Amino acid sequence: MDATDGSEGTAALDRFLRTDPADVGCGDAMTVLHEYAELADRDPALAEARYAGVAAHLAACGPCSEDLAGLLAALHD
Amino acid sequence: MASDPAGTTQGARLLDADSAQWLEELTAQGAAREAGLARLHDLLTRAAHREVRRRAPRLGIAGPELDDIADQAASDAMLAVLAKLDGFRGESRFTTWAYAFVMFEVSAKVGRHFWRHPTVAMDTEDWDRLPDRFGLDPAHTAEWSDLVVGVRRAVDEALTPHQRRIFVALVLNHTPLDSVVVELDSNRNAIYKALFDARRKIRAFLVANDLLADDTPGS
Repeated sequence: MDATDGSEGTAALDRFLRTDPADVGCGDAMTVLHEYAELADRDPALAEARYAGVAAHLAACGPCSEDLAGLLAALHD
Repeated sequence: MASDPAGTTQGARLLDADSAQWLEELTAQGAAREAGLARLHDLLTRAAHREVRRRAPRLGIAGPELDDIADQAASDAMLAVLAKLDGFRGESRFTTWAYAFVMFEVSAKVGRHFWRHPTVAMDTEDWDRLPDRFGLDPAHTAEWSDLVVGVRRAVDEALTPHQRRIFVALVLNHTPLDSVVVELDSNRNAIYKALFDARRKIRAFLVANDLLADDTPGS
């Protein structure tokens, strides 16, 4: 992460510490990642709405969002 | 954390023709099944190699090591697909469902590979790294030093030993989450949950000590 001034840095820390109660966690997200990926590929907003807990999780979990990125890429290979 | 990821419980659906053909081949007998297995192995191997190449620039892995990771991931993904074939209900195309196992296995293999050349021990506690982890500029120490001290206090006073270990590994030492999973013989969900709880506790501690604003609804 690039250095920032005090306010931007503390904002980054605050964002990291915030948790979303809707976050379903890795287990549930991985269970439906294939469904989420196909829907997100067609309509990202609809995927986020229909799978709000998964979307909340993907926004916070680097490994699961990396898996989703790979899955989306695989759909077009 | 919440549950029921789709918000509703969804049942089986009609299979598309391609997915139905995959299931027919993989549940057949004799030569037909062998052909299906070979086709599946080819599909997963190609997907695994594409995926490791996609991730390679961020991993610092190349050449035969990268190919080994892809081949191992494809083999284990194939085992997972076959073991869970009865659970495929057509919620997506069969190939999308199968590709997901490739992604999970590539992540797991990359996490294991990290320990061949670890950049730092998972349990090392160098708290001087904390400001850099959030991009806090040393030129503005006065603006964030109380907050960083507060985070350290929260870790000491609010976290369980397990949560502390996970926070130190993931945040201070930047150990990849899937590598922590390997080291602790755990799973991604459990490690994520420990960090999730640690984040929530640390923020609550900082709010209680007037180091962060409590802007939750109703506060």
